[in-house]
Amino acid sequence: MSAAPRMNMIQAINSAMDVMMERDDQVVVMGEDVGYFGGVFRATAGLQAKYGKTRAFDTPITEIGIIGVAIGMGAYGLRPVPEIQFADYIYPALDQLVSEAARLRYRSNGDFTAPITVRSPYGGGIFGGQTHSQSPEGIFTHVSGIKTVIPSTPYDAKGLLIAAIEDNDPVLFLEPKRIYNGPFDGHYDRPAKNWTAHPASEVPEGYYRVELGKAATVREGEAVTILCYGTMVHVVAATIEELGVDAEIIDLRTLVPLDIEAIEASVKKTGRCMIVHEATRTSGFGAELSALVQERCFYHLEAPIARVTGFDTPYPHSLEWAYFPGPVRIREALNKLLKD
Amino acid sequence: MTVDAPRANLPPLSLHVPEPRFRPGDEADFSDLVVPPAGAARRPDTAEPADRFHELAYGLIRVLDDAGNAVGPWDPRLDAEAKRKMLRSMALTRAFDERMFRAQRQGKTSFYMKSTGEEAVSVSAALAMAGDDMCFPSYRQQGILITRGYPLIEMMNQIYSNRGDPLQGRQLPIMYSSKETGFFSISGNLATQYPQAVGWAMASAARGDTRIAATWCGEGSTAEGDFHSALTFATVYRAPVIFNVVNNQWAISSFSGFAGAEATTFAARAIGYGIAGLRVDGNDALAVYAATQWAAERARTNQGPTLIEHFTYRAEGHSTSDDPSAYRSSGEPNAWPLGDPIRRLKDHLIGLGEWDEERQAAMDLELAETVKRAQKEAEKNGILGHGMHQPFETMFEGVFEEMPWHLKEQSDQMIAERKAAGI
Repeated sequence: MSAAPRMNMIQAINSAMDVMMERDDQVVVMGEDVGYFGGVFRATAGLQAKYGKTRAFDTPITEIGIIGVAIGMGAYGLRPVPEIQFADYIYPALDQLVSEAARLRYRSNGDFTAPITVRSPYGGGIFGGQTHSQSPEGIFTHVSGIKTVIPSTPYDAKGLLIAAIEDNDPVLFLEPKRIYNGPFDGHYDRPAKNWTAHPASEVPEGYYRVELGKAATVREGEAVTILCYGTMVHVVAATIEELGVDAEIIDLRTLVPLDIEAIEASVKKTGRCMIVHEATRTSGFGAELSALVQERCFYHLEAPIARVTGFDTPYPHSLEWAYFPGPVRIREALNKLLKD
Repeated sequence: MTVDAPRANLPPLSLHVPEPRFRPGDEADFSDLVVPPAGAARRPDTAEPADRFHELAYGLIRVLDDAGNAVGPWDPRLDAEAKRKMLRSMALTRAFDERMFRAQRQGKTSFYMKSTGEEAVSVSAALAMAGDDMCFPSYRQQGILITRGYPLIEMMNQIYSNRGDPLQGRQLPIMYSSKETGFFSISGNLATQYPQAVGWAMASAARGDTRIAATWCGEGSTAEGDFHSALTFATVYRAPVIFNVVNNQWAISSFSGFAGAEATTFAARAIGYGIAGLRVDGNDALAVYAATQWAAERARTNQGPTLIEHFTYRAEGHSTSDDPSAYRSSGEPNAWPLGDPIRRLKDHLIGLGEWDEERQAAMDLELAETVKRAQKEAEKNGILGHGMHQPFETMFEGVFEEMPWHLKEQSDQMIAERKAAGI
């Protein structure tokens, strides 16, 4: 067996859609600039040329329309994969996602479903300013009836996206755009790395699934459990490596449904828990994680649960790296947590 | 403001806040409403480009004249049997509404919405489309289900949220769903169905199918972004879809002026999007049929979407939770110059010698009995509030295809807490 090709996250995502469009002619991709041009991040490059304009097409700039139309196509029997160009643009579509896609199966008692996968690049670290940097996952994890998936490697991105497309429920697939081209250690002032050296950039060309609802243990350790996802997985991994802390890193991969067993087992083992996400702090997904860990692991905890997050401000453009929960913030929180 | 204020030499701005013409206590007088004569509107070929007949978005397509004759190029020339079927479906819809309204007042359910005066809008449209064309209705198009022969008892089971409810008690009464009948699940959020209908129509076109889609919303919800997103998508991809705007003049207590009716018609919204726009007498069942048939043919021959404004009047309250006497003149329904759709079609059939008052009375009686019988049957499955008709744990089913752990846990918690409380 020859080694799998190396892919960055964009190529892996592109490959997932390619594989699914090849296997299932009900799969269609759509969104702003996704057709001929192949998407502003190139995620859909080549799909229109290969599958034609009725299966990979550009849309008008109206997110209400993109999601509403995808729901209608899903009701017809297609399996649409709409792209929202930046997660920051998803808000006009909130009603269609929250009140329609997420509720359709329930309200019609299974008569109609919304088997759509909404892809959207999210997160900061690319000098995108406040309208190209947000992490809105907490808005959607609060909604019943929609799954939220966030990959952190090319291998997972492809396998999770295939599983999401095959899922018969609506899935929000948030892509950490800071790590599209390479894992990011949090040091913005150091040369950027590409994916080539990372083992998870070995991505099989064909079909495979990474099941939704299953976390990955990125690193086993005894001192502390760190719960994270997306870009922060790599920032956390690099930071604890620098500090020489024996942390167990859990990459959640799917926020809803959450892999509570993996979290519980790890925290009970280490007795300490830190939660790291880029999104704003108040009512963020970290709050939910913190509550769950407290409810289930309270008698195993040796210190208060720590949260390392973005601040409750809009994402500032020039102060991006002061906002970003990078190595400094993680280190400070970790030192405190391990001292307690 | 002092004379020293900057730009004091300019006239002050003033804000226009629309006000309906008649309020409670006012005498309703629509004599200045321009109602074009029946038969006067041109009927373009269905292949004609949309920019050739803008006048149809400002006029009013009417077939039935004041004497009850069907006149002009829009007369669909239906045979008497088809017209009697149309009349019967409208009468059945009204009988159903009467009965269910009363059931709500008797405390048998929480909520109901009548379509009195607007029966033609749904019944004639349903008859003009193919039975497998897909409908994305709003909440006042029960006439579609009734016309397509969906069982009344199923509708009632849904209204009662009882053991027989096909939606398992999950939805507000009248928010039906029937894929088999080509009737999309009704949402309580307005106009969300508009882009969904376009998506369904685009999928049908992309797959080389022959079925088309139709959707309905009220004039009030044309203000929603979904409406405009839908029209943009539809024109871009020439989607085979019919947009129906049911202009019944009132959105709860807000008159059509709050959706822009003082400035233009709702059919004219089509013009800016470059799609076909028709303004139709919504109380004229034959005109609604003809316009829908025209739009369906246009859609089916890849000529793209049509927006039809059905100019009608909401003869009763918005819902059982609404009292229109609090905001509009009680004289409006009777003063409405376009009459009642059932009476107008009945008079037309009588004029043709194809119907008479005795048969009408007999039919009304028969339909009332039919509805009553269905109601009795439905009530055997229970009525809302009288005991629990669904097992508690069904609350957690169908959120996802497979129940995730957190819902299982919450379900277990509920069962345990009820057990502990002895209920």
